[in-house]
Amino acid sequence: MDIQLWTFIIVGFTFAIYIGIAVWSRAGSTHDFYVAGSSVPPLANGMATAADWMSAASFISMAGMVAFMGYDGSVYLMGWTGGYVLLALLLAPYLRKFGKFTVPDFVGDRYYSRTARLVAVVCAIFISFTYVAGQMRGVGIVFSRFLNVDVEMGVVIGMIIVFFYAVMGGMKGITYTQVAQYCILIFAYMVPVIFISIMMTGNAIPQLGFGGTMTDGSGQYLLDRLDGITVELGFAAFTAGTKPMIDVFFITAALMIGTAGLPHVIVRFFTVPRVRDARTSAGYALIFIVLLYSTAPALAAFAKMNLVETVSEVPYEEVPEWFTNWENTGLITFNDKNGDGIIQYTGDPATNELHVDRDIVVLANPEIANLPNWVVGLVAAGGLAAALSTAAGLLLVISTSVAHDFFKRTIRPDLSDKGELKVARIAAGGAVLIAGYFGINPPGFVAQTVAFAFGLAAASFFPAIILGIFYKRMNKEGAISGMLVGILFTTAYIVYFTFLFPEKNLPENWWFGISPEGIGTLGMIFNLIVALVVSRFTSAPPKEIQELVENIRIPGSKS
Amino acid sequence: MEDKYKLYWKRNLMLLSGLMVAWFVASFGFGILLVEPLNEIRLGGFKLGFWFAQQGSQYVFILIIFVYVYMMNRLDREFDVREE
Repeated sequence: MDIQLWTFIIVGFTFAIYIGIAVWSRAGSTHDFYVAGSSVPPLANGMATAADWMSAASFISMAGMVAFMGYDGSVYLMGWTGGYVLLALLLAPYLRKFGKFTVPDFVGDRYYSRTARLVAVVCAIFISFTYVAGQMRGVGIVFSRFLNVDVEMGVVIGMIIVFFYAVMGGMKGITYTQVAQYCILIFAYMVPVIFISIMMTGNAIPQLGFGGTMTDGSGQYLLDRLDGITVELGFAAFTAGTKPMIDVFFITAALMIGTAGLPHVIVRFFTVPRVRDARTSAGYALIFIVLLYSTAPALAAFAKMNLVETVSEVPYEEVPEWFTNWENTGLITFNDKNGDGIIQYTGDPATNELHVDRDIVVLANPEIANLPNWVVGLVAAGGLAAALSTAAGLLLVISTSVAHDFFKRTIRPDLSDKGELKVARIAAGGAVLIAGYFGINPPGFVAQTVAFAFGLAAASFFPAIILGIFYKRMNKEGAISGMLVGILFTTAYIVYFTFLFPEKNLPENWWFGISPEGIGTLGMIFNLIVALVVSRFTSAPPKEIQELVENIRIPGSKS
Repeated sequence: MEDKYKLYWKRNLMLLSGLMVAWFVASFGFGILLVEPLNEIRLGGFKLGFWFAQQGSQYVFILIIFVYVYMMNRLDREFDVREE
């Protein structure tokens, strides 16, 4: 069977599963709709969290980023896993004990302030929309690459599927679809890498093959060979970096803290029955995530090696078929600058003739390694699972923020549960439409806005929540001024360098050498300092708030 | 009675500080600040600093969370604050 047919069958099969789950798990109350009735077992929540978290970017782009950045790509690997330690130890158990529906709920109640709630709502919606636009785009791209459907058409199909299970089942539907989506995406990711690892290093475990020797009889370590080749071609050695250490440090920290502050991830820990389940499910979630995140750098090294050996100094006439296939999509471009008909792939922009898009590493992987056609269909289904699961989680945050935090808690406190559920469904539907619109007409700055989402999450929510739990004396004046300073500073820095003066976005202009990607860390530090100073000069929070804090610190009820 | 909860919280904070140090050392320490000296040491085909940055830190993170889960469950039982 050809690739196209396999892809249709596999993708169609997975979509049927998602719709089946949607029909089976209709939400009957807002408690079901927002947090799946707080009845999700920890293991299922771990899988759902992993799928919720791993987006189109993790699945499709990350290995490619590491392949082209080498050591510098570690910022994503550490940043997007280390945040779970913060979540498990500092946030999840206490927020579960608090036991409401959303992050703005916590911020609003803990700081006894409508203003604080509104600041949190605006941040949650902004962060979620910047993120979801990229997911819908990812859905469209996978459709167009593998099924020859227009990007627009692909986005619309994705919207219909998400609409089905997010609007009908709410968090309940989303949770169990995410469990299915995790299984599909991890299987789709691992199968090709295991094949490649066996071919290149003779070891079926990519994490070990990565540090093993080549099977070509040379007995050389793969990474040593790769370091040699990259240096020879004029790139930095694969295992060394080019970014300054301070920037690597700050980006890693911003991604970790941002991860822990992302509302769609935090809300997953409201769905388990007990505090100790929140702790355990964070551990499960990280195992499931690390399965992919520890495989990605191995894939990166294999793919980089494969690419260089297949195309470097090879006559253009003799390139393999996959090269031409992907040239047609524009993801590989060859420009024969010196006219010798041979591909020169070098680290010097003046003589380099080959441009390879980072997404190739995962998308074209099965073809590069000559794997059977069904593997290609599997990768397509995996990419769709990754994008749809994250999109659904984000859309739910948006609809909850609108229906619960904004409509119910701010405008119409007398709204009945049925009425609120209806508003939540309408908001979810509206959010799907807006997300779809951005997927079809992507704002030109999607890549920069992702850094923005993390920076903002790090500089706004994270300190407010941490202080709210660990510092009883923190009051609303401190928390609100801290959040505002954090948000304004981070926004100003990112907007200045990426939107207003992109030509100045160079290390010599950055504060202390910190790039806009890493600035959220500094924003978070400013937030903390301002909050602590302001709270010292204003009155302590009311007694019932101090009791609330004491209460969330204990898993059970006080005897 | 209140003292019991204060002590519970204090023990929790002590555990957290220890684990956060481990978190920092495995990632920011071995993977970033000390990556160059550690790269002089080899672990099979890996330079050790590079291995921590791209592999080891992630395994340590998992270990930290499960140590936390285990210790907290014990602490909850000891102080009788476990939920039903």
